Amino acid sequence: MTETKSNNQILAALVENKPGVLNRVASLFRRRNFNINSLTVGRTHQPHISRMTITVDATRADARRIQANLYKLINVIRVEVVSTEPHVSRDLALVKVRSDDADSRNQLTELCERYPARIVDIGPKFAIVEITAQEDLVEDFIRALQPIGIVEMVRTGVVAMGRGVRILETDYEPAMTPTQANGHHVF
Amino acid sequence: MILTGAEIILECLLREGVEVMFGYPGGTILPTYDAMSKYPQLRHVLVRHEQGACHMADGYARATGKVGVALATSGPGATNLVTGIATAMMDSSPVVCITGQVPRAVIGSDAFQETDVTGITIPITKHNYLVTDIEEVAYTIREAFYIARTGRPGPVLIDIPKDVQNQKMEFVYPEGEIRLPGYAPPDSALDDDVRAALELINAAERPLILAGQGIIRAGATELLKALAERGQIPVALTLLGKGAMAEDHPMTLGMMGMHGAAAVNFAIQDADLLIALGMRFDDRVTGNLKTYAPHAKKIHVDIDPSEINKNVRVTVGIAGDVKTVIEQFLPGVRETTHPTWLNKIRDWQEDSDEREILNQDTGNRLLAAQVINDLWHATGGNAVTCTDVGQHQMLEAQYYPHQRPKTLITSGGLGTMGFGLPAAIGAKLGRPDEEVWAIAGDGGFQMTLCELATAVQENVNVNIAVINNGFLGMVRQWQELFHESRYNSTPMFSPDFVKLADAYGIPARRVTTRAEVAEAVEWARSIQGPTLIEFVVEKEDMVYPMVPAGADLHAMIRRPKPVQE
Repeated sequence: MTETKSNNQILAALVENKPGVLNRVASLFRRRNFNINSLTVGRTHQPHISRMTITVDATRADARRIQANLYKLINVIRVEVVSTEPHVSRDLALVKVRSDDADSRNQLTELCERYPARIVDIGPKFAIVEITAQEDLVEDFIRALQPIGIVEMVRTGVVAMGRGVRILETDYEPAMTPTQANGHHVF
Repeated sequence: MILTGAEIILECLLREGVEVMFGYPGGTILPTYDAMSKYPQLRHVLVRHEQGACHMADGYARATGKVGVALATSGPGATNLVTGIATAMMDSSPVVCITGQVPRAVIGSDAFQETDVTGITIPITKHNYLVTDIEEVAYTIREAFYIARTGRPGPVLIDIPKDVQNQKMEFVYPEGEIRLPGYAPPDSALDDDVRAALELINAAERPLILAGQGIIRAGATELLKALAERGQIPVALTLLGKGAMAEDHPMTLGMMGMHGAAAVNFAIQDADLLIALGMRFDDRVTGNLKTYAPHAKKIHVDIDPSEINKNVRVTVGIAGDVKTVIEQFLPGVRETTHPTWLNKIRDWQEDSDEREILNQDTGNRLLAAQVINDLWHATGGNAVTCTDVGQHQMLEAQYYPHQRPKTLITSGGLGTMGFGLPAAIGAKLGRPDEEVWAIAGDGGFQMTLCELATAVQENVNVNIAVINNGFLGMVRQWQELFHESRYNSTPMFSPDFVKLADAYGIPARRVTTRAEVAEAVEWARSIQGPTLIEFVVEKEDMVYPMVPAGADLHAMIRRPKPVQE
């Protein structure tokens, strides 16, 4: 589960949890002509830190360039090219498919046994299936669903983490401004 | 002490050592302008267009090494700064821009004179801020100045809503360390990298130093000289690197690149080692990357890690402060000579001398190159020159050798026409003891000539040389070379510049012959306050040598040798 397509690199970035940081990162990728496949952002166990996972169509050397450019952004604290080392990556998809006959429902059930997927909603006309897996497995699954009839789909984009003792972390604690000390956020 | 947000802004500027700021008032920045009554120590220079304010702050910064400050109101005031900010960004100039913003309650409602200036300037600032509470004003200004001047310097913009400027609080200046978790400019090189670089330097037979503006910013001119002398390594300069090494030093070869000296470009293509110090292998410097310096191993030292291996793949890449890194290099550099290499370069230089226009009889024609060269003579080569962009800029680089750092101020990266005059005003206010010349073409001068009024109102002693060839000269040169002389939209009407200067109350002269040049320059130097000289020069002149865009660096178009009678 560690291999990634050679031209698909995954970067993980710890950033300050401030408004506009996503905009800065997106702006950087656009102006440097780096092609984003997916970008996800979410909070971490440290409330002032967010973590981004970015997948790009790029060589390893390009990924290093992107890393150096991300470091130029003041709000970016740490960046790692996760895909060059052993890692775990996951993509989640919700797919709404036709379920209006026995045949389609049977096919769905069968596919959900073969893939790490499950039916999370089912009605007389449509069902929603969820799959959480490595990106290429998700792609396979979606291809397999196509004959049944996909009507709607959403994906989270890839999240990834290095395996073992490699930890992407920061011990940064923001200074308390008087307003924060009083209990409300200023940014 | 209870202060308003506006007062805190000015209080913090004072604490950052700001002496002068360049700006233009308007609705949302008005509280800050009002607070200026309480801070008479802060000189405010009223510009005529916000672009001028940013260029002045930039010129001030480049001339002094300190941070320049520009102020503008929201909306059009802020958007007018954009060209100036991008200029400062491309040339790594430390500028802090403070803009007013509409009150917080109406942000996002398309209020009068509202514009998302932080959004607009993300790609052209080193960092920017929208301050949303008075508590953040002082922290933000401290951070902004710190970010602007450290590492690879650059512009920082702070957008402050009007109601935040009007808020009040008990003010305590935030002392102590600035904590930016994602910001750590590199400093010294790893020992392994120093060793690897020294092996290359000591083994090289045809080494060449490429010195850029980083040398000047880092204050490493003396160390560069020591390195060049110790290893007998010739030095080529980028445009912004002019002044990094005295140009009359025997090891200094001159400028590289598109309009660089032929000998320099030949040397780059023939070298077996390039030592690039504080420069970034711009396309105007390298020409065709595929054929660039094919025999050379490359050492690249730059403060910005993202510059290493960006354009040119290097053998040893060092992200570090160029001053510290040269200090690390020096003890390990073997004292040696490269007589064969230096003689080879001398031969190329002699060939160039034969083609040199200054060595030829040009009859009654007045050439821009002659004007620049005579200006150099008359000013003892010691003036601070601020140029616009185009032929006169390249001729300045070729015919005005600089001996000291921070004496050539020019828009290299962005190539901003209209930069020269406002930059000169900023430079003069930053270094009042220096003789400052703005050198502009007839095109660029007309882009920002409104700042003549600023020079008069503030009684800034700048001399202005307008090199008038009746064309957008560099564009015309490209049309002649690459578009079969179809001069579309390059012939340019200009007003009578002498009368125009007169309308502003600026003493002015027109010069049309070579005999008058030196005397006119002397006249301008003798006058307190701004002066203007219009030099009416040859209309269809060329800047040689020229590497066409994207061509091989050695494939220069050169001035033909004069026919031997």
